[in-house]
Amino acid sequence: MYSEKVMDHFQNPRNVGEIENASGVGTVGNAKCGDIMRIYLDIDEDKVIRDVKFKTFGCGAAVATSSMATELVKGKTVQEALEVTNKAVMEALDGLPPVKVHCSLLAEEAIHAALWDYAEKNGIQIEGLEKPKADISEEEEEEEY
Amino acid sequence: MGKFIYLDHAATTAARPEVVEAMLPYFTEKFWNPSSVYSPAMENKNVIDQCREIIGDSLGTDRQNIYFTAGGSESDNWALKAAAEAYQGKGKHIITSKIEHHAILHTCEYLEAKGFEVTYLDVDENGIIKLEQLKKAIRPDTILISIMFANNEIGSIQPIKEIGEIAKEHGIIFHTDAVQAYGQLPINVDEYHIDMLSASGHKLNGPKGIGFLYIRKGLKLRSFIHGGAQERKRRAGTENVSGIVGLGKAVEIAFKTMEERTAKETEIRDYAIDRILSEIPYCRLNGDRRKRLPNNINISFQFIEGESLLIMLDMAGICASSGSACTSGSLDPSHVLLAIGLPHEIAHGSLRMTLGEETTKEDMDYVIEKLKEIVDKLRSMSPLYEDFVKKSR
Repeated sequence: MYSEKVMDHFQNPRNVGEIENASGVGTVGNAKCGDIMRIYLDIDEDKVIRDVKFKTFGCGAAVATSSMATELVKGKTVQEALEVTNKAVMEALDGLPPVKVHCSLLAEEAIHAALWDYAEKNGIQIEGLEKPKADISEEEEEEEY
Repeated sequence: MGKFIYLDHAATTAARPEVVEAMLPYFTEKFWNPSSVYSPAMENKNVIDQCREIIGDSLGTDRQNIYFTAGGSESDNWALKAAAEAYQGKGKHIITSKIEHHAILHTCEYLEAKGFEVTYLDVDENGIIKLEQLKKAIRPDTILISIMFANNEIGSIQPIKEIGEIAKEHGIIFHTDAVQAYGQLPINVDEYHIDMLSASGHKLNGPKGIGFLYIRKGLKLRSFIHGGAQERKRRAGTENVSGIVGLGKAVEIAFKTMEERTAKETEIRDYAIDRILSEIPYCRLNGDRRKRLPNNINISFQFIEGESLLIMLDMAGICASSGSACTSGSLDPSHVLLAIGLPHEIAHGSLRMTLGEETTKEDMDYVIEKLKEIVDKLRSMSPLYEDFVKKSR
């Protein structure tokens, strides 16, 4: 079902984790649909992404696209990172099954959300960046057992 | 390396060697059409009747009430559509449950489009229907109740005898989809007042592509397939002789070994459930603890998603299944898990493991060790877990 590259990024995801005091954090998706991605960006004064980490709740494709997206934006400038599309993520993974294309869209969205957060925190505007959809259902309560 | 543990017996089982051996001659030297008049062909007719008898005996009924079909879904389709058609003069109301297999649910949707009305009963948090709700749902125009014997995902066993009694009291036809229960639980169609029962061969170590529908004598159901006189003219077409022979053999062995096999499975099931619930935090058992198929384990692990879990188990040589949306091809997780009241994100993190007679305690020890590692790894990657940990600090 998945390409070797997808399996590789699922089994050995790159850049998993958190960044404390990150320059920007973006969380997209919702638990109802079964996919949540969170991206942390560490951006220096030259607007270069020095470090990036992610956490993802979701299927194999969700993990792999998050992992690949972080690889693709690492070391890039903010403006360059904005140009990393879901298509680029998919191509880098040698494709995704049709039902999993939404995972790559989510990865693109997560990067954009983190960039938006960075821009807001620094009171700047990033050309071409639109406010990402807040897809997270905040009202969902944690279930206790 | 090279571990391989199959824990998906509710999906399908391997045919027993005895089953395959019994079937083989009917592909070659005994290829005869059972409807032909020469003596070798008549032999085949007798063999079919013997298999019919084995199955009739297993349900406590006469062999003439057993009709061979291509499997569980066909039996379900036939039972519902034909009963609805035959008794629509009396009424057009059908009662079923929210946790039925899609072979029932989608057939009900079809019947709704044809002008029938269907009531879908709720289940409690353990996946068991409420008899009071059933009684209240019955109307003068109710013609059919179809409730599964045991659920394929969470293993919950329904109060079939009580449902049968209620149906009988009201003169309503009672069908049960027993695809998962048949061969695992003793069933007597007269004692339980079952009018129609669906079962399938490949769930009890028989071949695929063969099953049967039990139809109580006197029920006026239309033919499923029109044509020749096979299956008392109710399902035409040259018999799947090898399949029938394989099914007969599988049923014979399944019922001979049922007590011992299910006792062993139940013990291993409970051992595994106890270990998982006590050793892995933030998980819950889905389905009834006691009224449960002997081989079914269904557990939700909070903060993780089922497909990821399945792929990682697969890499460890473990075959299982999940109620996650990603494994169903839709955005919604299993209708069964939602019906027992699980929130979406918990339903996404469910794991079903269904044991077989070859499953050992040692297998489950290995599975549980892997499960712990995998759940840990996936949680360490999960933003939901991160939020949870931060919140509880």
